Amino acid sequence: MVGQTLEAATWAVLSAIPDPEIPVISLVDLGVIRHVRTAGNSVEIGVSPTYSGCPATEVIRKDIKAALLGAGINAFTLVDVLSPAWTSDWITERGAEALRHYGIAPPVRGGVNAGGADARAVCPRCASADTERISEFGSTPCKSLHRCKTCREPFEQFKCI
Amino acid sequence: MNAAPRSGAAVHDAVRFEYVLRLADTSLILGQRLGEWVGHAPALEEDLGFGNLALDFIGQARLLLSYAGEIEGRGRTEDDLAFLRDGADFRNLTLVEQPNGDFGHTIVRQYFVDLYQTLLFDALSLCSDARLAAIAAKALKESQYHLRFSSNWLVRLGDGTAESHRRVQDAADRLMRFTPEIFDGDALEQSARTAGFAPDGAALQSGWESGVAATFREATLEVPKAQRGAPAGKRGDHSEHLGYILAEMQFMQRAYPGAAW
Repeated sequence: MVGQTLEAATWAVLSAIPDPEIPVISLVDLGVIRHVRTAGNSVEIGVSPTYSGCPATEVIRKDIKAALLGAGINAFTLVDVLSPAWTSDWITERGAEALRHYGIAPPVRGGVNAGGADARAVCPRCASADTERISEFGSTPCKSLHRCKTCREPFEQFKCI
Repeated sequence: MNAAPRSGAAVHDAVRFEYVLRLADTSLILGQRLGEWVGHAPALEEDLGFGNLALDFIGQARLLLSYAGEIEGRGRTEDDLAFLRDGADFRNLTLVEQPNGDFGHTIVRQYFVDLYQTLLFDALSLCSDARLAAIAAKALKESQYHLRFSSNWLVRLGDGTAESHRRVQDAADRLMRFTPEIFDGDALEQSARTAGFAPDGAALQSGWESGVAATFREATLEVPKAQRGAPAGKRGDHSEHLGYILAEMQFMQRAYPGAAW
């Protein structure tokens, strides 16, 4: 860790940890890392759950611990941050682009109301906005199921909450 | 039981514990019920839908049970509270322990709960208990898409075929009698309201009734009259169904205490 602060080193480690269910996006780009605070040689990391029912929450904690230990950062605590509640608006632009490239439509900005009955997802394959929602629920709790009426392909969208 | 007079703070914590337990158990038992649909729903999308709903409810229950355990201060964890309590100690609404029935029956039950929870969590997100407010604010986001799912299906089935209409009307007629319990504002809820962490049941009820009236109209359904006389699960007085749910849900921890994997 010569030449960089503990805080910067911690952020660097966290930026390299993939989401366990959607590995193209890092935990930092997902917006679940709420703060990194250092006091002397120890560091505190605040983590927010995405959806109450997300089974990945525990895996995320485990992955963070393993990555920090692997980088030689041994004195750390993980704290849950519930408030304010995580919103899909905290997914970074880089994260949104990574999702799109992977075939998942990123969430519409504007939180939970952006996912209302009239919201249209943009097809991640052909960029058409002429799409329809097939189901509120997809293969994981964080996604809904859609179909593109232009290229006819089904796709998932990250839910807007 | 401790016969010694308890301090004001202890009484306050007892009310808070019971109140949080009601919210937690309602989410937990509904999550368990919805999980029964996995592999059995009429279409893949709805199978995934019920599974995802179940995960959200169990997630909410975990946050609430952990908090209840901390308030109680006897070292009970979320798992202890979920798996090692007997039926009479559960505080869920009687509505959520009712059997799934057919798809339409589950949708009516879900719609009744989702509408209630969006109103409840919206109010709780502003309550004086910061931890409860944070959990409610998080759960509210989920309740909003749960309600979108269940109300869309209710309209689709009610305003669907004669058969689907008959089935959801029949389900509404049978389930309505479990709804007065939600809003009865009993002594515990009065104390919780006075303490600043429970909303006004009557205000929730009027919001719920107008929501039901609007959705039922769109679904071409008749709003049944709510008769009284159903058991009150939130006070530990359950229908016969809860025991069967617990027998399945708690089996592993009862048969193999402390089992972990």
